[in-house]
This record gives sequence, C-alpha cells and structure tokens, in this order.
Amino acid sequence: MDFNDTPEEAKFREEARTFLKKHLDAKGDKPLRQRVDGTEFMRRAKEWQKTKAENGYAQITWPKEIGGRGGTPMQQVIWNQEEGKFDAPTGPFTIGLGMCIPTVIAFGSDEHKKRYVGKALKGEEIWCQLFSEPSAGSDVAGLKTRAVKDGDEWVINGQKVWTSGAHYSDYGILLTRTDPGVPKHKGLTMFIVDMKQAGVEVRPIHQASGGREFNEVYFTDVRIPDSDRLGEVGAGWKVAIVTLMNERLAVGGSPGPDWGEIMAYAQQAGTMSDQAFREKLADWYVAAQGYKLTKFRTQTALSRGQTPGPENSIGKIITANHLQDICNSAIEMQDHYGIMTDSDRMPADAIFQQSFMWAPGLRIAGGTDEILKNIIAERVLGLPQDVRVDKDIPFDQMKSG
Amino acid sequence: MNFDFSEDQKFLANEARKFLEAQCPMTAVRLVLNDDDISHNQDVWKQIVEMGWLGTAIPEEHGGLGLGMLEVCVLAEEMGRVLAPVPWASTVYFFTEALKLAGSDQQQADILPKIVSGDVIGCYAASEGPGNADASNVKTSFDGSTLSGTKIPVTDGDVATHAVVLAKEGSGASLVLVDLTGDGVTRKTVQTLDPTRSHAEITFDKAPATRLGKAGEGDALNTQLMDRAAVLLAFEQLGGASRALEMAKDYALERYAFGRPIGGNQAIKHKLAEMYVKNEVARSNCFYGAWAVSTNAAELPEAAAAARIAACEAFWFASKENIQTHGGMGFTWEVDCHLFYRRAKLLAVQAGAPKVWKEKLVRALEQKNAA
Repeated sequence: MDFNDTPEEAKFREEARTFLKKHLDAKGDKPLRQRVDGTEFMRRAKEWQKTKAENGYAQITWPKEIGGRGGTPMQQVIWNQEEGKFDAPTGPFTIGLGMCIPTVIAFGSDEHKKRYVGKALKGEEIWCQLFSEPSAGSDVAGLKTRAVKDGDEWVINGQKVWTSGAHYSDYGILLTRTDPGVPKHKGLTMFIVDMKQAGVEVRPIHQASGGREFNEVYFTDVRIPDSDRLGEVGAGWKVAIVTLMNERLAVGGSPGPDWGEIMAYAQQAGTMSDQAFREKLADWYVAAQGYKLTKFRTQTALSRGQTPGPENSIGKIITANHLQDICNSAIEMQDHYGIMTDSDRMPADAIFQQSFMWAPGLRIAGGTDEILKNIIAERVLGLPQDVRVDKDIPFDQMKSG
Repeated sequence: MNFDFSEDQKFLANEARKFLEAQCPMTAVRLVLNDDDISHNQDVWKQIVEMGWLGTAIPEEHGGLGLGMLEVCVLAEEMGRVLAPVPWASTVYFFTEALKLAGSDQQQADILPKIVSGDVIGCYAASEGPGNADASNVKTSFDGSTLSGTKIPVTDGDVATHAVVLAKEGSGASLVLVDLTGDGVTRKTVQTLDPTRSHAEITFDKAPATRLGKAGEGDALNTQLMDRAAVLLAFEQLGGASRALEMAKDYALERYAFGRPIGGNQAIKHKLAEMYVKNEVARSNCFYGAWAVSTNAAELPEAAAAARIAACEAFWFASKENIQTHGGMGFTWEVDCHLFYRRAKLLAVQAGAPKVWKEKLVRALEQKNAA
C-alpha cells in the first residue's frame, strides 16, 4: 500500500508537467475567481484548448482517430491533477467534451462526427446540455419541450432551465417530447440544436445566491432538420442515459472552504478552546479525509486497470453538506458580525459567507441529496425502485403541477 | 496510486471469510451469549490457533508467520463481520503489539512463541473506573517487581493467561507484564453490555510482574499502543458495520408491508444509503490507518484517530439502524441485530471513546499547524 505512481504513470506525469509548465503559469496562493463569460477569459480558454488538442492532451482516453490520445483513464486522472495545479482556463469545454460530444459520437451520423467532434476538441465550438426544465428536474423524463414534425424538419417550442454556459454555447444537445400520447420515457427524442439561430433566447437566472451563472433557454418555433436527430424518434431517453453516463470522473477538490480554513480562522480568532467546536472540527476532518481517500481508492482501481467500485458515489452527498455545515459554523463563530458579506472587511475574504449561499445549490445541482441516496440504494444496494405511478400512463394524461 | 490491499491480501480476506462463515456462524456466538460460564468459543479459538493467525504479525524467529500489519487489518475486518467470540483482539491488537512495541528481547522470546502456539492468551488492563483510562487515571501501582491494585473491566480478563497492565510507578507510569495464573491475582467475571466477550475485574495483591520498556514510559507507550490498536479495532468495527448493512438490506428486501418490500420506501432506502456512505468513509479512513500503521508513518496519530472516529460512527449508526429496519423483530433476543448493537458499543469504548479520539485528533492537527 502506497501513494506512488507506477513507473509508467510517473513518466506520464512528468511529461504532463513539462508540457503544462511550458504553456501555463502556476496557480497563485489565492484561487482565481475566474469569470468564465469574460471575453479575455474565453479567448485564453479557447487558445489553451487548441494547444491541448494539438498535442494530444484534450481528451486523453479518446481514440487517436478522433483526436484523442488513446490513453488510459488513469492518465486522464493524472492530467487533471496536474492541470489543476496551474492557472488553466478549462471551464467552458467540460460539458461539451465530457457529455455532449460523446453522445454525438455514440448516436450521430458520420457527417455529424466529421462536422462537430474536431471543432469541439480544438475549442472552436462550445456545447451545452439542454435537459432540465422548470417542471422536470429530478424527474427529467417529465419534460414538456415539444418537437413537432413538419416535413423534413422539427419545430421546437418550450423552455429549458439551469443550462450551464448556454449564453456562450454554439450548439447544444436538446431532449424533447415528440409523442405526448405514450408513457413519459417512450415519447422523447434527442436533437443537436444550433444555439445561435433565431428563436433561441438565453436569459440568465437570478440565483438565490445573488449571482447569475446559469441560464434558462426559451425555444420559440425553432426549426431543426431531421438529419440533426440523435438516435431514433422516441428513443431519446436511451440517448440521454448515455450522455449522463459520460460525466467525467469526479477528481476535483471540495468546492469551497474546508476544515483547514475554518481551523485557521478559529486559531486566528482565538476560539479553538470551544469543546463543541473541537469535536465538530474532528468530524469535518474525518469526512474530508474520507472523501479524499475514497478518490484514491478509485484511482487505485484505475491504475490497476480495474473498474472502480461504486464507492465514488458518496462524494457529493458528503461534500455539499459538509460545506454547508462548515460555513454555518464559521458564521455563527463570528456571531452578529458574521452576517456581513463585505469581502474587504470579513475574515477569510468572506469566503464562508459566499459559500454559505452557494451550498444550498450544491446540494441540488447534478442530482439532489435525495436522488443520490436513491441511486446508492437502488444501484449499489439493490433495493427496489420507488413506486412509479406514472409508469404506464400516457404523458398527456399524467398529473402534473 | 496503490491505495488498496494487494491481491494476496485480498485472497487472505476471502479465505478468512469462507472459514469464519463456516466455522463461526451466529450459533457459535450465541453459545457464549447464552451461557455465563462460557468465556469464549473454544472450538473457534482452537482452529484460529491452528491456522497460525495469532502469529500473523509476529516475526518468524518467534514462530510467527512474519507477515505485516496489513494482513492483521484484513483478518480484523473478517473477525468483525462474524462478531468472533474469542479473545483475538485482546491478544493480537493489544497484548502482542505491546510486547512488540516495548518488550525486551528476552520477554519477546519468552512470550511471542507461546502466543502463536495458543499457550498464552493476552489482554490489556488499563481501566479502573469511569473516564478514559490514560496514565493520569491509574492508581494500580508497580514497585519494580510486584503489582498491586484493581483493574475493571478487563476485556477477556477472565480467559487470558497474561496481561499487560498500565500502572503507576513512582511519579510516572509504566507498562507491566503479569502472569495472571500466578500468585496475587484474583479474577471475578463482570457482566457487560456485550456478553459475547468475557470481561473481568482483576485484583493484584503484590502479584509478581516485570516491566515492559523503561520506568515512566507508560504514558507514551500507552499512547503508541492505542494508536496501533485503534487501527485494528477500526477494521473490526468496519467488518461489523458492513455486515449490519447487509442484514438491513436483506431484511428490507424480504419483509413486505403494505403490499411491497419495505426496502422500496425512501425512508428505508435513504437510511441504508446513509449507512453505506458512513461505511465507505470509514473504509477509506481505515485504509489510511492501515498504511500508517504498516509503515510506522509520522501521520499515524491522526490516521489512527480518523479511522477510529469514522469506524465508531459507522458501526454505531449501522447497528442501531439495522435494529430499526427490522422493526419489532429486531428487538427480539432471537434475531441477531442486538448482538451487533452490543459489540458496536464494546468496540467504541474499549480503547477510548470517540470523544477522546476527537480531542487527540484536533491536538495532532494543532501540533502540525504549529510546526
């Protein structure tokens, strides 16, 4: 048992580091608050993506024929770890290359692949994923956006929500309802949609946290050629499952302050003697270690050429709640003063206050706590699925609200 | 990255599981539960001795298998799954480790081979009353050649042949080795929450004893020993917690209420998913503890504490919610849930309760920050 690379892994890590050093600056002490929609950021991001693609680092596990490296999942993990140590502008391509393009590769025509894959890989075009709707979140198959056939085209009307990057995306994969007369999973169809065409309107969502990082997307009489359909008519759910299965390996760190930050604050504030706080601090450390070390177990399986076990599924349940709890305690430790949010005045640049308002969203995004627990219960433990009262009922006769 | 057991170690786990499932079913545990005169399951113990498991981490020169702590971790998890009603933990995690840590060459040469052969069963005697049994809470005293005082409770104290005792010596504390079959030792069985493991009150009245290590090292040795034992206990707890989750899952699938398996209800599904999360957090922390204890890493104090805290929480949660999942049946003597609930509590207090380890952990983190 050790934490070392195999000789091959060490060699690849060195290669990656050398390449990264040549092209990027190391991360400073403070995490950069990157504005992913800033023009300058986008220019740098596209340039970096192009550099990666030209040198075989863009999608390491993809076959060489489509621009990948033909590498192993472990090499992808190593690349992500090393790239994470640099000031690398990566955000805008994650969803496209991680979820949308794999779906195009799996279900698209040869023309699609020729047209879209290379440009996405080189960062020339950005993709978004259009699944969630106001009345279809956890139950995404309950979506209402309609696609109606008109000759060789489909006419799209409806609304998508929580679409990351819709405002800077060139294309999207769009899940629609083509047949409301059959049960919900059977009436769905997937399309490629040009986000820059008339009838597509992107509006930022004003989030509870105060920010506007996500979008809602309105489709009004948008026309899509039938040739841009992915998969069969009515087989959209099957296509969507493939998209969701292609989510990248979660290898990132916790998305905010952790035990180290709150301990540093408590030491500085002179509150380390509080016994209740000390016990909580121990619990946070154990949870954070549990998450970090579980990822090490997953990486070990990859390094040994095995399929990782389901243990990685615990990640977001732990980290999102953990973050919320830590921020709450830090604010209460500051007492009345803790209600203020001015980053120039507040301890730790008000990171506890900022993350306090992000945490509720993290517990919902990418699968709510409840859905993730259902997934563990059903797929890992083998417990029965929830009762589905809408299973055999045509979509247009279902109750909704 | 190589953060998992090796294929050989996984093979050992698999063989141990097959053996224990066949030879140490719950009926073997219940033999000890149901009869106050039975201190441990002698059939199971005899077979464990014959397989050489007691010598897993004892060097070959002393008759052991000469494997390492990782192999002990693997076996500990399997023993935990079946609630093995034998003095394994006392002998291996505490007594053997104390001898390896502080015993002289002579003491090791005298005792270690007898542990392997089954002639010596060991235990560790620290507690004397309510509160954590560290050196500051000890009144039992050693005068250089004899030991006097009372230890209570001593896990496996009525079946052990030898004990390592935490005792006062002069102004400090020492670890002391004593033959429990010799003069000046009186033992009385005491009742505990976990009758599947026997416990004793041991009174020493000028009992002949020899020191382990130097005079006054007792506090430091006790701390080191607890760090090592905590990792091994954590694996045993992890085994128990994993088994409790399996029991809850199996029952949730077979028990029907309102026309369908109770495991189809989210209240049950989410409860079991939470068990799974806690168990995996414990497993990952246990692995780190195993790495630290097997390499004598500088990180051992925080690794051991984290493994212990996570494993205590996992087994506590899984054992209590396993009963809850079983409903009324879970509260009967005949269904095995309560055996896990009992064992979870014993293992959670045997080497310092979670509260003690949380304080140890935070102190270790503070020291690191100060350095």
